[in-house]
Amino acid sequence: MDIKLKGSIILIVLFGALYYAFPTYRAYQPGVDPQTVDNKVNLGLDLQGGMYLDIEIQVDEAVKEILRRTALELEDLLIDEQVDFVEVRQATNSLILEMEPGKKVNLEIAPYDRFLEQFDMNVQDDLTYLKLKSGEAQLIRENSVSQALEVLRNRIDSLGISEPSLQKQGEDNIVIQLPGLKDRDRAIELIGPQAILQFQIVNNNATPSTYNRLTEVVKYEEVWDKITNKLISKRPYVLDKKILMTGEFIRDARVRIDSRDNRPYVALSFDSIGADRFAKITRRNVGRNMAIVLDDKVQSAPVIREAITGGEASISGQFTVEEADTLKIVLRSGSLPAPIEIREERTVGASLGEDSVDQGLKSLMIGSAIVLIFMIFYYRLAGVFAAAALIFNVLLIISVLGVFGATLTLPGMAGIVLTIGMAVDANVLIFQRIREEIKRTENPRAAIQEGFGKAFRTILDANVTTLFAALALLQFGTGPIKGFAVTLSVGIIASMFTAIVVTRFFFDFVYLRKTKLRSLSI
Amino acid sequence: MQFLNFKEGQFIDFLAFKRLAAIISGILILAGVASIVAHNGLKYGIDFRGGTNVQIQFSTPPNLDQLRNFFAENGMKNVVLQTFGDLADHEILLGLPINSPLGTGENLTSELRKILEPQHPKLEIRRIETIGPKVGDELKISAVKAILIALGLVLLYITIRFQWRQGVSAIVALLHDVLVVVGMFSILDKEFSLTVVAALLTVVGYSLNDTIVVFDRIRENQGKYRKKSFEETINLSITETLSRTLITSGTTLFVVLSLFLLGGEIIHDFAFALLVGVLIGTYSSIYVASPVAVVLTKLAPPAGTVPANT
Repeated sequence: MDIKLKGSIILIVLFGALYYAFPTYRAYQPGVDPQTVDNKVNLGLDLQGGMYLDIEIQVDEAVKEILRRTALELEDLLIDEQVDFVEVRQATNSLILEMEPGKKVNLEIAPYDRFLEQFDMNVQDDLTYLKLKSGEAQLIRENSVSQALEVLRNRIDSLGISEPSLQKQGEDNIVIQLPGLKDRDRAIELIGPQAILQFQIVNNNATPSTYNRLTEVVKYEEVWDKITNKLISKRPYVLDKKILMTGEFIRDARVRIDSRDNRPYVALSFDSIGADRFAKITRRNVGRNMAIVLDDKVQSAPVIREAITGGEASISGQFTVEEADTLKIVLRSGSLPAPIEIREERTVGASLGEDSVDQGLKSLMIGSAIVLIFMIFYYRLAGVFAAAALIFNVLLIISVLGVFGATLTLPGMAGIVLTIGMAVDANVLIFQRIREEIKRTENPRAAIQEGFGKAFRTILDANVTTLFAALALLQFGTGPIKGFAVTLSVGIIASMFTAIVVTRFFFDFVYLRKTKLRSLSI
Repeated sequence: MQFLNFKEGQFIDFLAFKRLAAIISGILILAGVASIVAHNGLKYGIDFRGGTNVQIQFSTPPNLDQLRNFFAENGMKNVVLQTFGDLADHEILLGLPINSPLGTGENLTSELRKILEPQHPKLEIRRIETIGPKVGDELKISAVKAILIALGLVLLYITIRFQWRQGVSAIVALLHDVLVVVGMFSILDKEFSLTVVAALLTVVGYSLNDTIVVFDRIRENQGKYRKKSFEETINLSITETLSRTLITSGTTLFVVLSLFLLGGEIIHDFAFALLVGVLIGTYSSIYVASPVAVVLTKLAPPAGTVPANT
């Protein structure tokens, strides 16, 4: 190839690399907010501090929850219609309605037919099987993940993190990244609870040993010692199984302070449907206790003195102001369609991140300085070529990572350091070949040609196999290891370019243009 | 400047030491395997076994025994405490078992502060890592998969570019390297974590790099010197590439050493695995891959050649 053309190509790549590496340089200058700069290398959470959470939405619970709710609705309806049935049982992906012997009900007509939208029906004597339609369970699972994403996004917004990220991963995982998070416990408090709010009537005449298992259920109120954070006691309540109302009608929630005892409580206001329903249920149950249940734990169970028509309710308990605030946020954001489980947490403090960046940069500087000095010392002018190619190489890695907005992790930095040690290999292979050829032919011009030519195949074979190893690492998905695999792969490809094209250009430019070439500085 | 200067055709008889090399490799691998058996398997890091690690920095040197007592008094007997990194940093790593009452709990940092702050009012919780049991198992599978994928691709590539004999020899050398590094982790009672797997795969790539450079030269020399025996060709090829092998190992060792010494405690084990791996990988491409290729060529000579009588 024409040397001018080659030179121009290299210059274009060099300017491109400088152009795309610049945003990364600018973004991390003191006094600059990195977020205002586009096309930069992002620092991983292990380098800038923050929290990485991988949570699993227990989607099968969402299916069970839908079945549970449908069973209750159906029972309610059958009671209202005064149908003689024994019970509605819940099975895997299906409900079983058991009628009193000989009694019948036709679910295909109103008001029951709405149940058949989601279910296939099959009647055998007194038993009616309602099975979720095919694909319906999968739909519920998928919906529960997207719903959870929405709810979690709302909750996380209240943390005030400037660039939170929530991503669905695989079937039922959500990866949450909270750069710069300071209060780790608070984040878990907000993300963790399912926040299902239920209103149920207390049966004061029954005890946990004498209640009716068919129509009643026992739930507990937990009393915690605020100083030692230990559970002091669990107070049981016998509740009507029927859930009168849930938190889905909440329009707003606020923290208020009770003027009598200076304790915080959460004031709820319902939307119009909720207000109507709340008025109805309170009117019907005046004089009884209504338990406010959050995630199956009784918060409080005040007596209903009169019908509450204003669409307002309050949850009092032994809250601290902060706990009340958390409760307010989760109630406003709505409940999660299924419980979640934290699969993986990686939280790094900002100061540790800074230390890691410092240590990574230091080992990068010192490692490359030693390599550069050695190359120049050992290969003289050719070593200078290699050193220039190596610096070009690092520039290329940074610009490529910047263009793709890639994330640099601590192992990623190690990958760059390692690339520098290994990238000189291509140059070493070439230079050793040229030395051999000079010894053999004593013709420097031919030695350059032969040296590059013969080394090329070896360089290709050797680098391709290292790339394989890096590719095998990529299947770890996200996380620090992927960062390492990415920088290693980019580094290997960049090093082949710089050694084969850039170093070659230096040789051509310095030596091959000479009409009389007697010796090489190598 | 040159430190190795050979006349054309001159070589060192590397293969003369192949028995000694086999003994050394055998001892290294057996020691590692024996240690793994004696320890009832590898000492997995939390990536693989699940659990919680908390890195805490104190303002004064922490007294581990005293801290252990604090935890025991608070009903936490199963914690593992060790100093982390440089003693001057006053850091500890606290390990909680997978079903610890704290774990991913929302009270983890406040509970720890409650336990530790009376004695160490100025502590900093620098890092929390929790891996659930499912993730641990998934990562184990991923790690095994990654290693198998890497080895499979390598075998395929070398078989296409060279011969199956070279492919198999390269794989033997790689397995040798992996076994030695893993064994070293067991002997030194270091934790086998996800980053160590990453280091292992890098070592695989690196060692292969070395092996391929030698094999490439062997292939070239076989065409050039048709009368030389296979073993002579190998010796010559190793000799001719020796400068390159030593220089590249040298530069790689420089950078790995700088990672090991300056890169910080978090990647210390990663750098250590690379350090051992680069050394062993350089050795294996000379003393494992080539001798195995000789043995394989003797056992199953390529069609159309006469087995060498050496």
